Amino acid sequence: MTIAEPPIRVEDAPHNAVRVEDVQLDITLEQLKKLVSPRALTGETMLLNMGPQHPSTHGVLRLLLELDGETIVSCIPDIGYLHTGIEKTAEGKTYLKAIPLTDRTDYLAPMSNNLAFCGAVEKLVGIDVPIRAQYLRVILMELTRMNSHLVWLGTHALDIGAMSMFLYCMREREMILDIYEAVSGARMMSSYIRPGGLWRDVPAHFPQLVQRVLDVFPRRILEYEKLLKENPLWKERTVGIGKISAQDAIAWGMTGPCLRGSGVNYDVRKAQPYSSYDHFEFSVPVGSNGDVYDRYKCRMEEFNQSLKIIKQAMDRLPPGPVMTDDRKVAPPPKHEIAYSMESLIHHFKLWTEGFRAPEGEVYFAVESGKGEYGVLLSGDGSPKPRRVHFRAPSFHNLQPLGEISKGALLADIVAIIGSIDIVLGDVDR
Amino acid sequence: MGLKEVLTRIVVGFATVLKTVTRRPVTIQYPEQQKPMSARFRGRHHLKRYEDGLERCIGCALCAAACPADAIYVEAGENTDEERYSPGERYAKTYEINMLRCIFCGYCEDACPTNAIVLEPIEFPTGYTRESMIYTKEMLLESPPINVPATPQRTPPGKYDRAILPFPPIDESQ
Ligand code: SF4
Ligand code: SF4
Repeated sequence: MTIAEPPIRVEDAPHNAVRVEDVQLDITLEQLKKLVSPRALTGETMLLNMGPQHPSTHGVLRLLLELDGETIVSCIPDIGYLHTGIEKTAEGKTYLKAIPLTDRTDYLAPMSNNLAFCGAVEKLVGIDVPIRAQYLRVILMELTRMNSHLVWLGTHALDIGAMSMFLYCMREREMILDIYEAVSGARMMSSYIRPGGLWRDVPAHFPQLVQRVLDVFPRRILEYEKLLKENPLWKERTVGIGKISAQDAIAWGMTGPCLRGSGVNYDVRKAQPYSSYDHFEFSVPVGSNGDVYDRYKCRMEEFNQSLKIIKQAMDRLPPGPVMTDDRKVAPPPKHEIAYSMESLIHHFKLWTEGFRAPEGEVYFAVESGKGEYGVLLSGDGSPKPRRVHFRAPSFHNLQPLGEISKGALLADIVAIIGSIDIVLGDVDR
Repeated sequence: MGLKEVLTRIVVGFATVLKTVTRRPVTIQYPEQQKPMSARFRGRHHLKRYEDGLERCIGCALCAAACPADAIYVEAGENTDEERYSPGERYAKTYEINMLRCIFCGYCEDACPTNAIVLEPIEFPTGYTRESMIYTKEMLLESPPINVPATPQRTPPGKYDRAILPFPPIDESQ
C-alpha cells in the first residue's frame, strides 16, 4: 500500500494551467524589431547570437548582440532556458520536502539556499534554533561562499585566458566539497540545513577538515593574487571594463560583491544579521570604481574575511544539540520510536503530513556568495506553502548586463558576464 | 606600466605556475583508483535484514510518503507464522525504487522506522534502459547472513508480534 496524494480536483488545478490553443502571442513583429536599432534592419550592424551553448555565458544564457564592428551597440539577455519551475514545484511539497529543491537553484551554493529557505520557515512558524546549530550554519555558509567564489574565480579567469587558475580553484574547491560530503553525505545537493537546525551533528573529524581549509587557504589566496592582481594582462582586461555606478547598481537591484564593487556598503550579514552573524567580527570589502577589477578585488578579500569568520566560529563552537526539541517540527531521535508511542506518532506525522505553518507572509534573506538570496514564503495554515518565491541574486545581477555592456568590445562581454557571477539555475529557477 | 614591470610580472606568473611541478598531483586515475567516500555518503539503496535473516522492511510505505521525488512504490503483504518475511503483521510484497526519479536525498532512510532502507556509499545505479533503472525488491534486498535461511521463514507463534524492534541511536560522530 502506498500513501497516495489525493487526486487533484478541478477547482484545485493550478490556476495558470493553459491549453496550447488558448495561448495568444501578444508580441508583434514590429515590437521585436524595436529590440534592435534600425541600423540592424538595414544590415549596417550585425546581429549575433551568443549562447545558449556558449561556454563563457556560464550556462544556458543567450545574448542577442548587435555589433558595430567590434563594438556592442546593444545586448539583450534572453533567459529561461533552464527554467525548471522550482518555485511552483515547492508549492506542491511540504516544507521539509521542498528543501532538496532549494539545493538546485544556485547549485554552487546549496547551503546558502537551504539556510534561506529554512530561515523563512523558522520565521513563519516561530522556531528557535540552538546556538550550536547557528554557529555551524555560519561555518558552512562561509565555506559555501568560498565554494561559490572559487568557481567564479576559476571560470572567470578561464574566460579571460588564465587557464591554470581554473585548475587551482577546482583543486581547492575539492576540500570544501569533502566537507560537504562528510557532513551531509552529498557533494553538491546537500539538503543539510533543516527547519529547526541541522540534519545531524557534524562528524567527529569535521574540525580537522575545516582546519585543513584554514591552514591551506591563505597560502593559496596569495598564489592566486600573485598570478592575477598585478598581472598586466589581467588588468588590461578588467580595469575600467563593465563599469556601473552606485546609483545604477542600486536601481537595478544588484546585491553582493557586484553592488559592493560599485562602492555601496550593503551586506545582509551586517544589515539584518541572521544565524548569530553579529557574534563575529569581520569587515565587508567595498570597491570604488564598479568595474570588473573592483568586483574581483571585493571577492578576493571576501575569501580572507570568510576564513576569519570560520576561525572565530570554530574557536567558539559551543556544545549542545543541533536540532530544536520542538517535536512539532523536528522528528524525534529515531531510536525512540521503538519504545515511545508518542515519538512514533510524531515521526509518522512529520514524514507523511509534515508540520503546519500558520497563515502569514515572511521574507528572509541571507547573503549568499552572489548577493542577497531571499525567500518569500506565504503560509496558509496547511503543511504546504501557498506561495514560494526566491529572490535570486543572479537574476537581479544579470538585469543590467545590457546597460553595462553598451559600447564595450565584444571580447569584454565575456569578462563582464564572468564578473557578475551568475548561475543560470539561479536565474531561471 | 613599463616594459620592466611587465616582464617582472610575467616572470612571477611563470614561476608561480612552475612551482606546482614539485607538488604531488591531486588527480587520481578514476575508475581504477577511487576516492574513499564518507560514511554518510548517500549512494545506492539497500534493504537490510536482521541477523536471523528476516527482512527489516515492514511495508509501512513511510519511505514512499517521505520521498520528495515520488520514486518509491511499496505494496504490503500479510505475514503469517508459516510464511514470515519480517517481524510484525506485514511485509513489503513489492518494493521498487525508480533510480531515474530518485534524487538521493536520503529522506527515505530518515523516515524508515526500522532502518530497513539504507543509502550506502557503494555502487552507483547505471543502466541502458529505463526499465533496468527501476530497482525491484530482489535487486535492493541484501542477501541473508551465511548459514541463515532466506525469507519466507517458518517461525514460532508469538515470537515476532512487534514490527519495530529496538535499535541503537544513530552514531552522529561518523
Ligand atoms: S533518496 Fe530521496 S528521492 Fe531517493 S528514494 Fe529515497 S527519499 Fe526518494
Ligand atoms: S523501507 Fe522502511 S519505511 Fe519503507 S516500507 Fe519498508 S519499513 Fe516502511
